[in-house]
Amino acid sequence: MVVAVLALVRTRNLFAVVVLFGIYSFLMATVLVALDAVDVAMTEAAVGAGVSTVLMLGALHLCKSEEVKMAHRPWLPLMLSLAVAALLIYGAMGLPDFADPNAPIHQHVAPRYLQNEVDVPNVVTAVLASFRGYDTLGETTVVFTAGAGIIALLRRRKHRKPEGDRDGK
Amino acid sequence: MENDLVLRVVGKLLIPFILLFALYVQFHGDFGPGGGFQAGTIFAAGIVFYALIFGLDKARRVVPDSLVEAMLAAGVLLYAGVGVAGLLLGGNFLDYFVLDQDPIHGQHRGIFWVEAGVAITVSGVMLKIFYMFASRGQRKDGEE
Repeated sequence: MVVAVLALVRTRNLFAVVVLFGIYSFLMATVLVALDAVDVAMTEAAVGAGVSTVLMLGALHLCKSEEVKMAHRPWLPLMLSLAVAALLIYGAMGLPDFADPNAPIHQHVAPRYLQNEVDVPNVVTAVLASFRGYDTLGETTVVFTAGAGIIALLRRRKHRKPEGDRDGK
Repeated sequence: MENDLVLRVVGKLLIPFILLFALYVQFHGDFGPGGGFQAGTIFAAGIVFYALIFGLDKARRVVPDSLVEAMLAAGVLLYAGVGVAGLLLGGNFLDYFVLDQDPIHGQHRGIFWVEAGVAITVSGVMLKIFYMFASRGQRKDGEE
């Protein structure tokens, strides 16, 4: 994954970047499988590596496939992201150990979820659709809004003339 | 890509299984990994695959735009409808226990319909986004 990320940063050819994104997503999916989060891994493999790669290629079809060289060196954003990364690492050091059974997350509502009163063998589905039905309704609405936004944004261009090469993506 | 024999044959062989796998992921989501989000994406990926191999117009004939747009809204409405059904049957919003005599069966039924709603919306949105991007590219090609 580190190799993939470094290659991503170095590469200027956007087609290669898209392919590398796909590779990265697949590696991420394997990491998630190793963490026993099979549902998330499946989503990552299907969305991250599958559909979004196709969509990126579709977007790439509309714009130039070579990244423009930047006019100035972005020192401030670099510093900012490094600072945020340091903050996150500092915060992560305060987290409980990996797979610590006494961690607060395993003491709070998880035991009740695992009692499985809805009698669905896949706990993830039970939590997703039943215990947290409101959340999932919200998520579905977010997805719906994304689709509606795409329709609103892209359909308008039928009437107007396409305005040259905007830097899409 | 439309004239590539290998792709066409392999695609014809694989696409039914991709769609079947999507349905398996959808309906087996209670027992194994899977559920609406994943199934919807896999289903959309199957159609996208078809569009890539056989051309966008053929895919649009199989899954027309109007159907995709209807799917977008129908999924959310189905989800919310399950919630309202719970209300009408005397429970809280999105309360599945009242959907059947047996509360456990009610839960199963509620989860089933909710997941179906999620899958419909997700696959609709994925397909819509793909159609939109792909058709823009086509139009641009035609003009140039």
